[in-house]
Amino acid sequence: METTLEQTLSMDKIIDNSLKKMHTIEVNDVKVWYDDFMAIKGIDMVIKPNTVTAFIGPSGCGKSTFLRLFNRMNDYVDGFKMEGEIRVNGKNIYKKKVKVEELRKEIGMVFQKPNPFPKSIFENVAYGLKIQGITDKKLINERVEKALKQADLWDDVKDNLKKSALALSGGQQQRLCIARTLAVEPSIILMDEPTSALDPISTSKIEDLIFSLKEKYTIIIVTHNMQQASRISDYTAFFYLGELIEFDKTKTIFTNPKVKQTENYITGRFG
Amino acid sequence: MNSIQKNRLLDNAFKYWGIFCTIIGLVLLVVFIGDILIDGLSRIDWSFITNLPSRKAEKSGIYTALMGSIWILLLTSLIAIPIGVAAGIYLEEYSKKNKFSGLLEINISNLAGVPSIIYGLLGLEVFVRIMNLGASVLAGSLTLSLLILPIIIVATREAIKAVPKSISDASYALGASKWQTIWNQILPASSGGILTGVILALSRAVGETAPLIVVGALAYVPFAPSTPMDEFSVLPIQIFNWISRPQHGFIENAAAAIIILLLITFIMNGIAVYFRNKWQNKWK
Repeated sequence: METTLEQTLSMDKIIDNSLKKMHTIEVNDVKVWYDDFMAIKGIDMVIKPNTVTAFIGPSGCGKSTFLRLFNRMNDYVDGFKMEGEIRVNGKNIYKKKVKVEELRKEIGMVFQKPNPFPKSIFENVAYGLKIQGITDKKLINERVEKALKQADLWDDVKDNLKKSALALSGGQQQRLCIARTLAVEPSIILMDEPTSALDPISTSKIEDLIFSLKEKYTIIIVTHNMQQASRISDYTAFFYLGELIEFDKTKTIFTNPKVKQTENYITGRFG
Repeated sequence: MNSIQKNRLLDNAFKYWGIFCTIIGLVLLVVFIGDILIDGLSRIDWSFITNLPSRKAEKSGIYTALMGSIWILLLTSLIAIPIGVAAGIYLEEYSKKNKFSGLLEINISNLAGVPSIIYGLLGLEVFVRIMNLGASVLAGSLTLSLLILPIIIVATREAIKAVPKSISDASYALGASKWQTIWNQILPASSGGILTGVILALSRAVGETAPLIVVGALAYVPFAPSTPMDEFSVLPIQIFNWISRPQHGFIENAAAAIIILLLITFIMNGIAVYFRNKWQNKWK
């Protein structure tokens, strides 16, 4: 199973290398309010392509809010207001002209709790394609198979694609949600505590997955698990009370943090 | 007697009081239905359903009233379901949550509690007189639609609210538009609840009498309606009419018609319960 996955991935890599796009994310002085409450207090940040960046910090520090800015999932929240700009591939994604639907095809998201649709496994993965108006059955079948393979779920489900997604285990459901996101072929994947509802074995499977996806995608992951951040990420950002306290290579953050607060947090003295 | 004994006594007293109250309700219902069945069951046969109304009790049937009720049911469904469900979707998914929408919400809930005769008066003025529809099936259906719209709107909103937010989040995050999310995820997931509300509302409409009398439905019509503009009667009015006759034969007729009407509403409620259970199981 391992070898087949690796083979597929390396094959995909050869095909995709020629098409690889740069997808840098630049954040310039972003501030966010919910009504009168200031949730993000002015953050600058640059996230490099094909890296895994972990957002850490105590509950309520604004890291999830910040993550949800990149695919504009806060837009529907009542009382949401934002200042500053976020550029993806140089384009400001909060410009009026930007179509949110297009943006979200480019920037996928995996949520905290596995949230498959109450439909079949196949329908879950095909959903993102069908809403784009793709009707070519052969293409959909190919993309579904490819996404399920990438998410390391194909061998588990290839014989019951018509089975309800709700019958899968929690870990399988989360990998299905990742496959569903991959099927749309985004370049950036946002993950909001993707393993916090899973058991250790499922968690380590997802972590392996994130590690392998780094080759083709830029990944930002919010996590409460320090070990997880240090295991899988290249860069780590520490947030506290709506501010970005420290942002550096993960190794530096965990071995030689420059700010006292960061050190206190990662050593478990608060938070 | 210490406080534990006292509490236990109170506990038991309340339990028996509860049982007593429940039994009162059930006994009354059983007596009522039993009485109706004794009076009316022997009167029900095929000719009772297919006969036109007549001056002679034993020759009289419910055909025109039953057809009138079916016409009213169909037209009311056609008018009230699309409007009610669409309004519910709008209020829940599109409208901004502010003071105005709060006011709207309270008023819609209030409308669901307005006495039906008031809707009858509104229907008489607006549909029968101003729109000049006359005492037609259409005027009656429009009036009943107004009556059940608030129920459908509230039921739709509740059903949509019960859909987990994580489902719509997932849909949006994959690049779906608002309408795609509503159509592909929210409506299928809430359809059981919406259907339940719709059926309960319609079964209320079938049993309504007062607003239709005000609108001008007749106690005696010689023919079943064949277009929406025809005059009509409905089962509850037919029952009301028969009950008020002195001859014993008509009392039997009324009891028999009540059985048919009860049967229709029980079946509709049964369907509603079936869909609700099926829908709840899906989310377990």
